[in-house]
Amino acid sequence: MIQAAEPFQFVAASYLIRIRTERAWTLAELAAHLTSVPPSSISYHTIQSLESHHYTSFSNDFAQWVAAACNETLLGEELGAIDLRDFVALEDLRRTLVETLASYLGRNPHSADRPGFEPFFFCEANEFALPTEIQATNLEELSKGIQQLSLQSLHYHFINSRIRLQLKTNDFSHWIARNLGLPVLAEDLNRVDFYTNTLEGVRAEIIEMIDPWI
Amino acid sequence: MDLTTPSLPEETPRLPQLDDYAALIGAAELQELRQLAHGLCGRRVTMVNTTASGGGVAEILNRLVPLMQELGLSVRWEMMKGGEEFFAITKAIHNALHGLPFEARPEWFELFLQVTEQNRARIPLDDDFVVIHDPQPVALVQARDGLKNRWVWRCHIDLSRPNISLWNFLRPFVERYDASLFSAPAFTQGLPIPQYLFYPAIDPLSDKNRPLEPEVVQSVLERFGIDPKRPVLTQVSRFDRLKDPVGVIQAYRKVRKYEDCQLVLAGGSATDDPEGEAVLGEVRDAAGIDPDIHILSLPPWSHLEINALQRGSTIVLQKSLREGFGLTVSEALLKKKPVVASAVGGIPSQVIHKTTGMLVHSVEGAAYQIRFLLSNPGFARQLGENGYEHVKENFLLTHNIKRYLLLFLILLQPS
Repeated sequence: MIQAAEPFQFVAASYLIRIRTERAWTLAELAAHLTSVPPSSISYHTIQSLESHHYTSFSNDFAQWVAAACNETLLGEELGAIDLRDFVALEDLRRTLVETLASYLGRNPHSADRPGFEPFFFCEANEFALPTEIQATNLEELSKGIQQLSLQSLHYHFINSRIRLQLKTNDFSHWIARNLGLPVLAEDLNRVDFYTNTLEGVRAEIIEMIDPWI
Repeated sequence: MDLTTPSLPEETPRLPQLDDYAALIGAAELQELRQLAHGLCGRRVTMVNTTASGGGVAEILNRLVPLMQELGLSVRWEMMKGGEEFFAITKAIHNALHGLPFEARPEWFELFLQVTEQNRARIPLDDDFVVIHDPQPVALVQARDGLKNRWVWRCHIDLSRPNISLWNFLRPFVERYDASLFSAPAFTQGLPIPQYLFYPAIDPLSDKNRPLEPEVVQSVLERFGIDPKRPVLTQVSRFDRLKDPVGVIQAYRKVRKYEDCQLVLAGGSATDDPEGEAVLGEVRDAAGIDPDIHILSLPPWSHLEINALQRGSTIVLQKSLREGFGLTVSEALLKKKPVVASAVGGIPSQVIHKTTGMLVHSVEGAAYQIRFLLSNPGFARQLGENGYEHVKENFLLTHNIKRYLLLFLILLQPS
């Protein structure tokens, strides 16, 4: 079995949610706040929210609110279709969200000031990432470590990592490609769909892909 | 049928310890808790509220404090003391913060501050972290002058529509804290201090929630005269108009046109609450002589009975008109029960419509969704499964502990 020179360091990640003071009752207010809230808030409502949206209709909080509270299902679909895999910078993601909203309001100006059933509350997450005692130097150890991760830590390594690495990949694929020289497996793992899966489902699929290579 | 409870055989299992939670939350989560706590080992925490028993806050603190101690923190739990008049005022304050009318009398504010001062002299408030629960002890923050410790205000109530004159009195105290904790984003007031989301939590290993043998569930149902072979609809809540028990009976009657079901309304004893007794009377009147409506007035220690009733139910209802967080919903979801509940207070955080339960806005809506679930047991089962996962990920005591640990670590960082 291939041994890596540099071990994979598993991290225990935890998040505390801070409720910001900005709130939006209308799409116009949502658009205004989207341009000014800090990147951490954009991240919370798009990337972090994937952790809790595994059984709601849309994968990000903006799409969910627009569809559920404002009954703007078309806009909900448009916002929900924005694929995090296409971004490595939160500012680019913010720009796309703002442009999508602006485009929709340009086509549907009457929707701008109609209040939703409930307001949208902007939040952000304080992240704590502490290295654990678990390291991996080969695929078997990586597989074992992934099985032991909490869901928040799995999210940290597989989804949050895309922005942190500033690469269109995740921690596992990045390490496998760089340290084990297995680009095919790295690419396969990177295609695991975290939108249509629960995090447990993501974990199972990752393990299933790694195991034949052990 | 109207019964008071026969008691279950006495059973006093030892208090659960952290390792006991591993089976439910996983060893990794537990290890992460220990790792976070390591950075706080030996830190001293004082929790202050107004009662040792009764109510959700005391219920949470009863379990939170020993488990945090097990994690190596030195945690004290102090109760604010005040006379009858003080607590009459704080009850009015509590209601007014929920948006009910409030007649602001200067002497009330004076007494509020006077009792605060007496408690400030009595309670040591120099631990590393002081967590003040709810509005009654909020002004204790005046004791922080000259201290370098961190102060946190945990607001368990819905502050979204407070009486303004009262809030203007309390707000300057709240703004002196380092952080505030709310049960839902909608409950906040746009404070200049950090506001954190702290969902309330249930203890999955408490008598009210721990797994029960099917025979125990069956025996409780039988003792209350409930037929386990026919669908059972249950609402667990004290007899309070805001919980709309009469509306629940109306919904049940609409369902009965289509389904041969039974209704259980299980609530706390009304003997110490004149309004509760009046509501109980209204509920009995509304129920009439229907033998399939079971009104159970249970004493406060009936946790196992409540557990069994929830587990023995086909559908659990929470048709409140107003609600704080409504943890009875999480209790039902943990037991994988399909829930039909009103979209008020903190309930929408627990019930994601058509995913972890069904949200309703009226008697008619409740009746329709109950019929729908009774006709579609597969869908109802899936709601229960989703609800269980949702609670497991968000509303357990261990999450609450983790949030406190994270908060304390944040507060120790240089500002």
